[in-house]
Amino acid sequence: MMILSSIDPVLLLASLMVASTPILLAALGELVVERAGVLNLGVEGMMITGAICGFAMAVNTGSPLVGFIAAAAGGAVLALLFALLTQFALANQVASGLALTLFGLGLSSLLGQGYVGIKPPPTARLDLPILSDLPLVGRVLFSHDLMVYFALALVALVWALLKYTRAGLILRAVGENHEAAHALGYKVVRIRILAILFGGACAGLGGAYLSLVRVPQWTEGMTSGAGWIALALVVFASWKAGRVLLGAWLFGGVSVLQLNLQAAGLAIPVEYLSMSPYLITILVLVIMSADKSRAPASLGRIFHASQ
Amino acid sequence: MLKLEKRPQPSRLWTWVTPILAVVITMLAGGALFAALGQDPVEAISTIFWQPLFGEFAFYYRPQLLIKGAPLVLIAIGLSLGFRAGIWNIGAEGQYIVGALAGAGVGLAFYPTESWVIFPLMVLAGAIGGWVWGTIPALLKLKFGTNEILVSLMLVYVAEQLLAAMALGLMKNPEGRGFPGSRNFRQYESAHNAELITGTGMHWGVVAAMIAVILAYVLLSRHILGYHIRLAGQAPKAARFAGVRSARLILFCLGTSGALAGLAGMFEVSGPAGQVSIDFNVGYGFTAIIVAFLGRLHPLGILLAGTLLALTYIGGELAQSNMGLPAAAIQLFQGMLLFFLLAVDVLTNFRVRLSRPEVA
Repeated sequence: MMILSSIDPVLLLASLMVASTPILLAALGELVVERAGVLNLGVEGMMITGAICGFAMAVNTGSPLVGFIAAAAGGAVLALLFALLTQFALANQVASGLALTLFGLGLSSLLGQGYVGIKPPPTARLDLPILSDLPLVGRVLFSHDLMVYFALALVALVWALLKYTRAGLILRAVGENHEAAHALGYKVVRIRILAILFGGACAGLGGAYLSLVRVPQWTEGMTSGAGWIALALVVFASWKAGRVLLGAWLFGGVSVLQLNLQAAGLAIPVEYLSMSPYLITILVLVIMSADKSRAPASLGRIFHASQ
Repeated sequence: MLKLEKRPQPSRLWTWVTPILAVVITMLAGGALFAALGQDPVEAISTIFWQPLFGEFAFYYRPQLLIKGAPLVLIAIGLSLGFRAGIWNIGAEGQYIVGALAGAGVGLAFYPTESWVIFPLMVLAGAIGGWVWGTIPALLKLKFGTNEILVSLMLVYVAEQLLAAMALGLMKNPEGRGFPGSRNFRQYESAHNAELITGTGMHWGVVAAMIAVILAYVLLSRHILGYHIRLAGQAPKAARFAGVRSARLILFCLGTSGALAGLAGMFEVSGPAGQVSIDFNVGYGFTAIIVAFLGRLHPLGILLAGTLLALTYIGGELAQSNMGLPAAAIQLFQGMLLFFLLAVDVLTNFRVRLSRPEVA
């Protein structure tokens, strides 16, 4: 009990918000991609590419904002490669996603050669006159950097877009039945490419959030599975935007809690605590995977108009 | 305008031409990459692909080809079985680590007893360790419908932490003056996976890889199970009507690929690596995915592809020490190879036709 009492719940909640942001962004992007019927397993590769692109640009320009824009662009460029492979060369999506991850990991460590051990420029925090100074709520809700709020806004945006707009309806139609959508005259390939690019940009932003805010520095392979956890998160969320947020908080909470337990000097060796986010991911998959009916019906299937 | 027309069947010719084409394109793109890094592209490519085989110090590098190729081939053979049936084990790196830990654990438990039974027991333990780690995603898939890609990958990170815990804790060398890492198997004859013929790089892992290639070839071309694997991948519905039990297939493919990866890890840790250390694994489990695809999921193709990828590891190290080429460049090079292969593969499945734009 000594150990648990040394953990400050307010600080824990505050850092939970920060810890959940990278996977929230990446998972949200992948959600849109999968709702369009495409399975991109390259999230990890796009994330780490975003992490180094954002880091390098932020260090060189001194502006985190430029860094985040570069990260989104970097992620999207990598996603474009995936789009070319799967939408034009009609390659297997599982293999192409794996290729993207292997490629991204190599590319990022090559690009990151000169950036090890450097501190990035700090990202500005929200500082509202009264709200941020509120005793509990201020610390947890109103004193984060702007990306945290951007991610939350994006959740709302994606949710509303998918649920209430015509564009969202078309995207879902393409994901559920690409032949029918094609017959109705929708440009299946074009819509999917846009979704893939959006997914790449989101993954890039999530990666940059790791290297610019959460850690903040550049190390090789620093995403260490965050992209894969984001993929699991989409399954956990049953392809629903609101539940992605819930899932991201759950995973953020677990990773913050285990870090706190490590720092508090629990008798369990550090390595076993570090396993916990991955084990929890498996556990969550076990609980959530029974109902497959919610997955988009055309997910992962190749579309070729001549058939 | 270019138009794609689906072939009724994948072209047999292109199936074998595309990997070669992909290698050539990768060399060209890699050359451009090295030029961008300020290196002489021709020298870089020749350092990677020519020097280790025919250069001045080839006598030293040629044996390395077997040492680095064996684990790649062993793992890729296992992966190819599942990939053919649409069962995606991408956690071979984790199964490799757990196999190594299980094998090494048995060896270390016997220390300092000398007996001929120890090494065979280690081999068995390595296979079982990898099999267990590969069977977890299979069982979860069957029981709960989880995605084997995500579960097998998550288990890689769990295995890496387990490795760290073992290297720093239970398996740490008590006479190692506090340094992390286990006892060195080179100093423990009964448990050492030694070179079988001096100067060739030949060790038991190479023998196992050869046997795996032959068995996989027989399985896929002569055995009913191999036929079921191919059928499940090419025509899932037909497979169901033909009475293929997918549960058995999933257990077999994930379990076998796990066991082979575990063997590879065990041979590595007791031989070339020599000890359980935090970073004895160098990503063979992931590179083997490239090997499997480049080898067209065919045992003989995998043998060739494994040799080629082993060459990039060796040549990469050479380029690193001779030309100061960053290690990451080789990783990128390997990634590009898979990319270009997938891209040119369109020629295998489709015919490219010139056509006028259609009138709307």
